[in-house]
Amino acid sequence: MVIAVASGKGGTGKTTVAVSLALAASNDADARPLLLDCDVEEPNCALFLDLDRITRKPTGVLVPEVDPVKCDLCGRCAEVCVWKAIAVAGEKVLVFRDLCHGCGSCTLMCPRGAIHEIMHETGSIEESSNRSVDYAGGVLNVGQVMAVPVISALLDGHLRDRGKRTVILDSSPGSSCPMVETVKASDYVILVTEPTPFGLHDLDAAVRVVTDQLHIPSGVIVNRDGTGNDDVIDFCRERGLPVLARIPMDRRIAEVLSEGKPLVRALPEYMDLFREILATIGETTS
Amino acid sequence: MKQLVVLSGKGGTGKTSVTACIAGLASKEMTLVLADADVDAANLELLLNPRRRDTYQFTGGFKASIDREACISCGRCMEVCRFGAVVHPDGDPDAYSVDPVSCEGCKSCYYQCPVNAISAERTVAGTWYLSDSHCGPLFHAEMFAGEENSGKLVSELKKAAAGLCGSHDCGLVLVDGPPGIGCPVIAACAGADLALIVTEPGVSAIHDLHRILQTLVHFGIQSSVCINRSDINVSRTEEIEESCRNEGIPVLGRIPYDDRVTMAMCRGKTVLEYDPASPASMAVLGIWKKLREFL
Repeated sequence: MVIAVASGKGGTGKTTVAVSLALAASNDADARPLLLDCDVEEPNCALFLDLDRITRKPTGVLVPEVDPVKCDLCGRCAEVCVWKAIAVAGEKVLVFRDLCHGCGSCTLMCPRGAIHEIMHETGSIEESSNRSVDYAGGVLNVGQVMAVPVISALLDGHLRDRGKRTVILDSSPGSSCPMVETVKASDYVILVTEPTPFGLHDLDAAVRVVTDQLHIPSGVIVNRDGTGNDDVIDFCRERGLPVLARIPMDRRIAEVLSEGKPLVRALPEYMDLFREILATIGETTS
Repeated sequence: MKQLVVLSGKGGTGKTSVTACIAGLASKEMTLVLADADVDAANLELLLNPRRRDTYQFTGGFKASIDREACISCGRCMEVCRFGAVVHPDGDPDAYSVDPVSCEGCKSCYYQCPVNAISAERTVAGTWYLSDSHCGPLFHAEMFAGEENSGKLVSELKKAAAGLCGSHDCGLVLVDGPPGIGCPVIAACAGADLALIVTEPGVSAIHDLHRILQTLVHFGIQSSVCINRSDINVSRTEEIEESCRNEGIPVLGRIPYDDRVTMAMCRGKTVLEYDPASPASMAVLGIWKKLREFL
């Protein structure tokens, strides 16, 4: 089972929930859970996992390279490139690698077969484990624009042979392409929010993606419960979304998280809550 | 005209709450134009309660679609699509269609189809607005669910904001930025004179602070920092202040945890409007005084 943890609004507790679920799943599963950090712009799961040695492999986008001997400067490549990542300038073809989405269209369309593709490194995939869980995460290089190719490389590499493992995906905030890339690979989405007008506004945007567009079953975790108002709970009722848990506003939680301690280890009284969430999701998806 | 962008790396550190307070303070001293560049989570309007003046459509990327009548089921489109967007609807191996959510809009299938059965049109991917708030005109947007190209929408918003600011001889463009370091962030900070990064004293926010600072160095934009909820972990707050000092980045102030920020938000107000004497309000006032010197 693949569970994505997403949110709409940032800073609502996605990573806290993802790490806690992975640790909760390690208790009684026959296979080790796998935690994939898909928030490649700002990956934080590793900070909470006390990992063994981390290995890193570069990843990126296949970009065109033009053979100047074969190229006759016809400009077909520039014509078909939607992102203006390739252009003929005088006697040369220029490639703007950071604009290239790696679709391969210029390579296919070149009438002289003058283009081949090379890997342009835009990030890396890291892998490690601790005594309870296996971990992999994508890291977008600083200055790079596109998160999605790093996310899709991470998911392609780790979801194929997952067997019966529980896989937890920690998504980027928001509801545009990096979030969509992550949640569409999942069987169930947990939307973490807080009971405030900002939390509600961004939850609504996330629900429109997950429920209305992708039709993936989902449930909500209300974090920092007790602050704000009841509008989020009312919204969940109206939209028929189960509230999986309400995590109270508790200054101790903020303090332990600020030191990189996983919630369910530092405050073990929360462990049962995350086991129950896993059980509920298991029943829903079976 | 100066441009200030508020960023954070990590989400949920208080960018929008700080931006709205600064907007209130700045508007007493200068004319300003606001842009909410966090188009995925456009919350600034929830604190400024603006009145919508003009509505514009945002045209996003291409989406391919296959004419089932003309299709000869050769499978070339599926072969060339690198985004897994060409699918067999209802599992029928002879039928082909495009999943619009996965379609990258590269038009590769459109060019490769031997019978011209594929079309590719630009789609409306969102709406953006020019609204009037008590702090000044606000440019903000709504992306349609699951759409891409949010960086392009941010660029469009900012271009409109800078245009209005220039034509009215305004003093400041204030941009509420998105979290992260990728496409929409880079679009939000293009052309900024100064970035204010709102961070928190925790391992995640500190990790993300370093990545956004590196990103700003990469694009040659000057940074400043303020630390929200600073009393949650005082030693981490001191760690941030020391590392910023070592890197020559000004720390403009600490904002203590203050539940009046959330109470104010629930009433659609900034904490400065709700309780000007609260600890968070006093702290933001101090930050604005320092910020004004930079601008």
